Amino acid sequence: MAPSTLSAAFLIARKDLAIEFRTRTAFFSAAVFALLGIVIFYFAWDPTAVASIDLAPGVLWAIFTFSGLLGLQRSFGIEQADRAIDALLGAPITRESIYLGKAMANLVFVAAVQVIAIPAVQLFYGVPLLENAALLALIALLAAIGLVAVGTLFSAMAVNTKLAEMLLPVLSLLFFVPVVIPAAQATARLIAGRPGSEIVGWLKLLVAFDIVFVAACTLAFPFTIEE
Amino acid sequence: MTSPSSAGPASGAAKSAGGIDWLFLVAVLAIAAALARVIYYTPFEAVQGPAQKIFYLHLPAALDAFMAFGVVAISGIAYLWLGDLRLDRAAESSAEVGVVFTTVVLVTGPLWARPVWGTWWTWDARLTLTLFLWFIYVGYLVLRGAIDDRALRARYSAILGILGSLLIPFIHLSVYLFRTLHPRPIVIKPSAPSLPPEMLTTLVISFVAFTLFYLALVRQRYRLATERDLLELEEGR
Repeated sequence: MAPSTLSAAFLIARKDLAIEFRTRTAFFSAAVFALLGIVIFYFAWDPTAVASIDLAPGVLWAIFTFSGLLGLQRSFGIEQADRAIDALLGAPITRESIYLGKAMANLVFVAAVQVIAIPAVQLFYGVPLLENAALLALIALLAAIGLVAVGTLFSAMAVNTKLAEMLLPVLSLLFFVPVVIPAAQATARLIAGRPGSEIVGWLKLLVAFDIVFVAACTLAFPFTIEE
Repeated sequence: MTSPSSAGPASGAAKSAGGIDWLFLVAVLAIAAALARVIYYTPFEAVQGPAQKIFYLHLPAALDAFMAFGVVAISGIAYLWLGDLRLDRAAESSAEVGVVFTTVVLVTGPLWARPVWGTWWTWDARLTLTLFLWFIYVGYLVLRGAIDDRALRARYSAILGILGSLLIPFIHLSVYLFRTLHPRPIVIKPSAPSLPPEMLTTLVISFVAFTLFYLALVRQRYRLATERDLLELEEGR
């Protein structure tokens, strides 16, 4: 019996995460990349001119998108070897479940990098990120969903083009603009101790982005697969 | 379904082989007439002086650029639904012309802003949106260039065209919120004044001329795409 879309999606996510857990290459490189980025950004500015509390949110979310791209690149890249994608397409599951499964695995990947990057920013920049851990986690989750929704679709598209890895950032970074701006702005207000009412607008924008692009990309994904 | 022959390209190819493209000629004449009216028969704006006249190029180009990208998105949806390559060619042509028009907007804007605002560029919400619009559709053209398979190129472009149009309101909202929540000392943009009748007439004439020009360019570009598809099909055999 063919599994339902959601349970098939869980199976695919588990498969991708098992591969990642056993090799751990992509995760380590993304985590090291994020840490390096955070450190390099620190030395690229004059701490007497820009307060770290102003800089930290921007650094956090810029690094978040770049390290996210590293994981997304692999998402469909690993299916290219031995044409593993053909086996996935031949399986008695819906196309949407492939997309959702890949997206779930990417979400875990991106969140895991965040778990390392956020404390690192707190440590190196001396900003009180973790004092509002629940709210920050909410911002991070909403931002990660939007990033992964679009990025997973473009990852599926990019592997079938001549430019391959080049194309993913060119397409994705633009779509990350409405994710990075609200996430960075909300984080900046959070660590500045502003009232929650100033953050709500940005959170709504993130939620709207997530809803629209998860729906649109799930619908669009079956068209990206070669028949 | 994916065969270009479904477009009946033979007649289009034959027509474009020789003779004058009347639509193109009319469009060029209309642009010349509109420019003549802008330069000689439209009064100077009291405060901004001659610099304001670039407005008659800037706004029509912007409106037609938006229209062009609307055509890309709608053709994209229709292509995914019907699978007719003619729709993809329309999207391809419209996107290319749209990028040209957006470039006109991005060039004429700073030319005007320098004397009036005192700066070439400012991160005003509308400027930022136009810049991102340009990036989206340049990315669209990059994607098209990166795919050899004709049907795959059409499908991927359609997806990007649709997602791009969904992205525009979000970019607009986020840069708009960014600006309003973060006021900076910028030169204040004048609120849209109610135009005097002679200026409004000039604007409308200019808009019609630009739209004709858009249609003429898209038609030319569409014919080129048709012939290229036909050639690829013959070479493929």
